[in-house]
Amino acid sequence: MEQGVPLFPEAASTMAGKVDALYFFLVAVAVFFAALIFISLTVFALKYRRRSETDVPPSIHGSTPLEIAWSVIPLGLVMIMFAWGAKLYFDEYNEVPADAEEVYVVGKQWMWHIQHTNGKREINELHVPVGRPIKLIMASEDVIHSFYIPAFRLKKDVVPGRYATIWFQATKTGRYHLFCAEYCGTGHSKMKGWVTVMEPAEYQAWLSGGVVGESMEAAGERLFNQLGCNTCHRADGTGRGPSLVGVFGKPVRLLSGETVIADEAYIRESILNPNAKIVAGYPSPTIMSTYQGQISERGILQIIAYLKSLSKEERSQ
Amino acid sequence: MSETHSVLAHQFDDLEQQFEASTLGMWAFLITEVLFFGGLFTGYAVYRSQYPLAFAEGSLHLDYRIGAINTAVLICSSLTMALAVRSAQLGRRRSLIGFLLLTMLLGSVFLGIKVFEYSHKYHEHLIPGINFVPPHEFIRFHVDPQQLYVFLSFYFAMTGMHALHMIIGVSVLAVLVVLAWRGRFSSEYYNPVEVAGLYWHFVDIVWIFLFPLLYLISRS
Amino acid sequence: MDATPINAHSGTPGEPTPVNYLNVDYGLKSWLLTTDHKRIGILYLISITIFFALGGIFAALIRLELMTPEGDVVSSEMYNKLFTMHGVAMIFFFLIPSIPAVFGNFLIPMMIGARDVAFPRLNLMSWYIYSIGGVFTFAAMALGGVDTGWTFYAPYSSTYSNSNVALTAVGVFILGFSSILTGLNFIVTIHKMRAPGLTWFRLPLFVWAHYATSLIQILGTPVVAISIVLVALERLLKLGIFDPKLGGDPLLFQHLFWFYSHPAVYIMILPSMGVISEVIACFSRKRVFGYPFIAFSSLAIAVLGFLVWGHHMFTSGQSVYAGMIFSVLTMLVAIPSAVKVFNWTATLYKGSVSYQAPMLYALGFIGLFTIGGLTGLFLATLATDVHLHDTYFVVAHFHYIMVGGAIMGYMAAMHFWWPKMTGRLYPEGWAKFAALVIFVGFNLTFFPQFVLGYLGMPRRYHVYPPEFQVLNVMSTAGASILAVGYIIPFIYLLWSLKYGPLAGANPWQAKGLEWTTPSPPPPHNFERTPVVTEEAYAYASKPYPEEAEVV
Repeated sequence: MEQGVPLFPEAASTMAGKVDALYFFLVAVAVFFAALIFISLTVFALKYRRRSETDVPPSIHGSTPLEIAWSVIPLGLVMIMFAWGAKLYFDEYNEVPADAEEVYVVGKQWMWHIQHTNGKREINELHVPVGRPIKLIMASEDVIHSFYIPAFRLKKDVVPGRYATIWFQATKTGRYHLFCAEYCGTGHSKMKGWVTVMEPAEYQAWLSGGVVGESMEAAGERLFNQLGCNTCHRADGTGRGPSLVGVFGKPVRLLSGETVIADEAYIRESILNPNAKIVAGYPSPTIMSTYQGQISERGILQIIAYLKSLSKEERSQ
Repeated sequence: MSETHSVLAHQFDDLEQQFEASTLGMWAFLITEVLFFGGLFTGYAVYRSQYPLAFAEGSLHLDYRIGAINTAVLICSSLTMALAVRSAQLGRRRSLIGFLLLTMLLGSVFLGIKVFEYSHKYHEHLIPGINFVPPHEFIRFHVDPQQLYVFLSFYFAMTGMHALHMIIGVSVLAVLVVLAWRGRFSSEYYNPVEVAGLYWHFVDIVWIFLFPLLYLISRS
Repeated sequence: MDATPINAHSGTPGEPTPVNYLNVDYGLKSWLLTTDHKRIGILYLISITIFFALGGIFAALIRLELMTPEGDVVSSEMYNKLFTMHGVAMIFFFLIPSIPAVFGNFLIPMMIGARDVAFPRLNLMSWYIYSIGGVFTFAAMALGGVDTGWTFYAPYSSTYSNSNVALTAVGVFILGFSSILTGLNFIVTIHKMRAPGLTWFRLPLFVWAHYATSLIQILGTPVVAISIVLVALERLLKLGIFDPKLGGDPLLFQHLFWFYSHPAVYIMILPSMGVISEVIACFSRKRVFGYPFIAFSSLAIAVLGFLVWGHHMFTSGQSVYAGMIFSVLTMLVAIPSAVKVFNWTATLYKGSVSYQAPMLYALGFIGLFTIGGLTGLFLATLATDVHLHDTYFVVAHFHYIMVGGAIMGYMAAMHFWWPKMTGRLYPEGWAKFAALVIFVGFNLTFFPQFVLGYLGMPRRYHVYPPEFQVLNVMSTAGASILAVGYIIPFIYLLWSLKYGPLAGANPWQAKGLEWTTPSPPPPHNFERTPVVTEEAYAYASKPYPEEAEVV
């Protein structure tokens, strides 16, 4: 542990510097207005202190120009704050770079379980390379958790029943705190760990070292066959369900006439609740039964990784 | 306690002020009630848009004929309540008591039918948490039983909360009957009857929304 | 009530003590069955003081635990229960009822020249409902406590927690009705019971602030009531509403909860703002600058308060567009808040400022509320909130609003109207000293938490990384000073009940109808219904020296 009292957090992602700049702007505005109020209060309170018990100050009703001034000027300032904050928020939450490397995260009371696409697993540790965009696909097995890396100025709640995705790009190697920021029960304050940012070469060595085991895709394929998904969802499209080759990330036409993108949330929903979105050309109600209770969040993520690989193969052919 | 036997409470200057105050008070309370049920309706709207089929299927498991009978009973009770208020305005003590009793009777009939409906659901194993077994066959849509469970949760939460309001309403009417019996009301002073009437109509209106939203959504 | 004067109580020897609301009747029964709004105010004062003490003890234990990074004073289970019960006691049972139920009850009828509130028995019922809710919550605490956080987030609260969630939920649910009925009573009272000549724009700003508060109480409280009922039903009957395992959606709970609980923050702060307007005017001897702007900004805050709940959910996974809408609406709340602060400051201009204890608290309020409000902007701004959400920055921010704002206002009110309520003056020297201690202790407790928050220390952490220790120790040191600051007034106020000098009807030479009647006031407030002929805060007019120049 470093000595001394830290007063400002380390900045180790592309977003951190931008958030800090906005923060300094906010601090400047806050200090200005706080000083304005404190100085006026002090000056008025001293200058106009009661000098005799019979003082009768003038009756001043107010001043409309002043009211307008101190409404409009703050309004302008807060709108700047809003626009600036919204721009960064949008970049942070919505604009995931296409080439981001995916890492899967599952929160459960009270640990973070992390799996890289090649199958490497870690608990309460996340290793990432410096200078590369990383996309986290996160799910919760039980209650709401929140994935928080202060040095990246990044946080996202992991709500059970849905996926949360975020991305970041680390700019500095080192070890940074990883916290659960949403109260999740007894061990909440122990649900923390470390993010280790490494040089790319070092990271590759780490990734392939130690016990790696099955890759996410392979595990997903195994589950796909084990649960019997492959009996209906045949690759050649002759099964009772639609072929899932090349489906991931593409638009899917539904029976209802809508079109949705086959993303992680769509796959998860279709596994747990097959009737929610039925593909055009297939019967409603569907003959597929729900897999609720038969598959864990981690298992679903593995199947998703497998389906993603089916799309990549198709693209490369 | 120096409550005089006059009907004018000490804090008011005259009966008109007292009447206006109690009516405004009841309206403010009804606004509160609107927001109370509003929370339930919001939840209902969210899930119905998420699970449209399950909600349609769920409503087929309710007997719309019973719901319709109950709607008719409640509308009649609103009529008798309005007649009770009118009797109070005209200072007709006996017809006031009569209409109040009739309103209570209709309210009790509503609650009795509700009890019958709930017990029927118990035998069908369709009460979430207490006795729930996913139905063997669905009536029209094959849906995730978990979603049917959500529909039934809302059905019981909403109708249960409504029934609770009915029970409170019937109890309030019972108190009014006693007061009317003792001759507390006159054409000068009848605002307890008036505000109880507002409450009763409100509870009635809530049911007018609940009935189509729960029983009729798949029958259009 | 035509009781004969009772000459039994203390007072200047020889002179008969006039009949007032305190000496008109004695005995427990006369209190427990009273419908006098002033006595009900006192009943509330006693009950909320108990919860304030309880919440304070929990806070002290929390700060004690956080002196060291390890969990060495209490276990994690215990810690989680402590911060939950601190929040529940302080928010639901102290802050929400504090100023409205004590001072609002005591003062609103007097300020508008009425004999009582519109529904005195309902008023007493509110207190009983409060007490029953309190008993349930107290039982939940005594039987092992509850550990969900005061926010009761599902599905932790509805499925996973092994503590007395249902019992606490019932307590809070019952309490909600007390709040609703108080709000309803005030709305009707303010609408229908004003004295002749007392038009809306002659009302004291305290009354305006309570009107806005009451609107929130009757519109928001029922929504949290139903949310809490649903949590309890999900727990007890396994209804499927919020837990995804039962088909529900946890975010729905957050929407419903914050739809009430964000406006609830304004239930806590608006009455305080009303107090500050009264105190600043009195101790500057001036009309409040920009009266209509302060009055309407209260209503604006009440209305906007209902449109910003989603700013508690920027990181929850709601759509980014929803986040943007809630962010911009939240920014708008800054405007009426800023308008108030500027107007109060301008009120001092060319005034005749004196520094009695209520004024010190009021000046402290303006300073701390300014910091609390400005730091709120950091949380309304989306990108900074992503970093700061659920950290100690948030804890510091809302304590600046709720302790620095609401409790400073409560203390200002306590000192300002204590002579009116009890007929006795408190010791001024001690009061000034306590105000100073509270101000210093408060800042030392909570300012370091802003720094901790930006560093990234999450809230509700029982153990924390060791580099955060120094700032936490500062905070704990401040908390112990703050505790002393709250104990001193408790002692001297009790002391003053017997030994304080008699106050007289109007010790501050303040304006307002409540000061035209004796202290303590007679049972029905006024001998005759007053007739109002001038605007509020007419400090420049009689009965001050005749040569008063009016500008």
